[in-house]
Amino acid sequence: MSAPQDRIRLEGVARKFGATIAVYPTDLAVAPGEFVVILGPSGCGKTTTLRMIAGLERPSQGSIHINGKDVTRLRAGERDIAFVFQMFSLYPHMTVKENVAFTMLAQGLPATEAGRRAVDMLRRLGLERLAEARPGALSGGDQQRVALARALVRSPQAFLMDEPLGTLDGSLREEMRESLRDIHNRSGATTLLVTHDQEEAMSLADRIAVMKDGRLIQFDHPRTIYDSPANLFVADFVGSPGMNILRARREGEWIALAGLDLLLRVAEDGDVEGVTANKGPGGECRLGVRPENVLLSENGAPCVVEHTEALGSHNMLSLRMGEGFLKAWIPAGIRFNEGETVRVTFLPSGCRWFDGVSGEALPWRTLEAACRPTR
Amino acid sequence: MTARGQAHGDRAAPFRAALLAAYALISMAPVFYMVVTAFKLPADTAALPPRFLPGLSAPENSLWFRFTLGNFRRVLSDLETLRYLFNSVFVSVISTALSVAIGSLAGYGFSRFPFRGGRDALFFVLSTRMLPPLAVAVPISFMYSRLGLLDTRFGLILLYTCFNLSFTTWMMKAFIDEIPAAYEEAAMLDGHSRLEALLRVVLPQAAPGIAATAVFSLISAWNEYAFALTLTSTDAVTMPVRIHAIIGDNSGVPWGPLAAASTLFLLPIVFFGLMMRKHLIRGVTFGAVKG
Repeated sequence: MSAPQDRIRLEGVARKFGATIAVYPTDLAVAPGEFVVILGPSGCGKTTTLRMIAGLERPSQGSIHINGKDVTRLRAGERDIAFVFQMFSLYPHMTVKENVAFTMLAQGLPATEAGRRAVDMLRRLGLERLAEARPGALSGGDQQRVALARALVRSPQAFLMDEPLGTLDGSLREEMRESLRDIHNRSGATTLLVTHDQEEAMSLADRIAVMKDGRLIQFDHPRTIYDSPANLFVADFVGSPGMNILRARREGEWIALAGLDLLLRVAEDGDVEGVTANKGPGGECRLGVRPENVLLSENGAPCVVEHTEALGSHNMLSLRMGEGFLKAWIPAGIRFNEGETVRVTFLPSGCRWFDGVSGEALPWRTLEAACRPTR
Repeated sequence: MTARGQAHGDRAAPFRAALLAAYALISMAPVFYMVVTAFKLPADTAALPPRFLPGLSAPENSLWFRFTLGNFRRVLSDLETLRYLFNSVFVSVISTALSVAIGSLAGYGFSRFPFRGGRDALFFVLSTRMLPPLAVAVPISFMYSRLGLLDTRFGLILLYTCFNLSFTTWMMKAFIDEIPAAYEEAAMLDGHSRLEALLRVVLPQAAPGIAATAVFSLISAWNEYAFALTLTSTDAVTMPVRIHAIIGDNSGVPWGPLAAASTLFLLPIVFFGLMMRKHLIRGVTFGAVKG
């Protein structure tokens, strides 16, 4: 089943290092012009995956296709891929211009032509003034811009980037993020970027591939990943802060939350009965709800305010309920004192359910939330 | 913490300078005496107390000696000695170039391709350096005589290359270990071959290390005496053997010409060392200054 519309396609690609498995058999397809971000904590196998696509690492099994062509056995240089490393990739003994031109010499371009194109590319990225400088004299941001110029100048099949913004800080990071997206859009290139920064992934990606412990957990649009995480790990990892996770247990036709006097009624494919096939021992499950879906309501369940954090456009409210915590976004104007009691409820459409044992998402739809009558 | 360390350093500075000066004095004194002797007449070489200052005349019981270039004239007019000096240069330079080139490749291999038993192989390489040269002098002379390599410059080049290889491999591995693999990976992704990446990206960055390795290798080849003595007789004799021959039999040591020959022998290596000094300091402190 060949799918030539995929720019990059992995079929059952896995990598073992001795006895440890860095990447379990993984399928992944990236469409031409797409910006895909592989997101995961360190050691999840994301960089190994990227390096296998680049040809810097050989897969233990499976095959890699670029533009429908099997490149599994091809050397890195034969795959027509540009790679941007986290650091240490500009040649320190060459000037910026030579760095950019050097990539084209391998394509058999004469040195003068390569130099001309290098200057051209530097000009397009506004880096012309640095042409004769050595990488050591450049700021971190400029170094990465030059690394991008070096990748762009060849117009390859795809750009692979391994935490390209990882060493930059704060505002520069955001600025570079914008120029990355901008460069991607203008060049129409296919980009595959690896990061552990979920915010970076959310802001850059057309689609995000979330990895953990060598496995691809979810591959979808950022909005879907954010709204409907495939499991508790994704729910917690994506978003800042992550989803509120609450322990829950079935009580008749309602689901009761641990520590919070709130009852929720759920349906599976519109059929409430379907839910009665309880998940986990004793029907244990988890409710995930994003802070923006925690609502202040007169009819809600009481919680105690831990503190309010002013974040400009809105306030972050930290609440204590029983042994658990709950975070909620509230409008910037509202402030509560520590120890004050507030009443909250959850937006039914913002509630996500997970299996209490496996942590996998459950296809439940929340119909309504109600405060438990005082006993 | 930093400020305290600084203050401590300042207070210790005079002591450190004094210690270094004393060390320099002790280590340089014989060299100084050799150079001075090279400009002395035979009568002044044996004078007591020793005479240190060059002059036009040498008054009785003074520090002055009569300056002469006669020793150098004698050594330099001796075609044999010149030929042996050339042998030394030729053998040292070629064997250094070879051992550094091969050592760079081997060091790169050990650095980038960990393989089963790699550490043992690396130790094995070094172990060739551990036995005293004279222990293998007899078998090697035997082999060389069968191979027709006795008293040939090629034979010495081969031997010095092999002997220095252990050392150059280890040094180059250490230097290449310090260079992130991302550099050559970037080059290879661009379509350069691994060899191209090595030659144009890795080795230029290892230049200080190469310089340091070359200096050590050159000194080792330049000074080598035991094999040169056992394996050469007339054609391929090198300077260390020649200098020893100048000492001659028991008809008295010609100190002046001996010192002049030694000084000449010393000059090229000092010159090379000075040329490489910048790299050498960077090379031997490579990695150490990072922390």
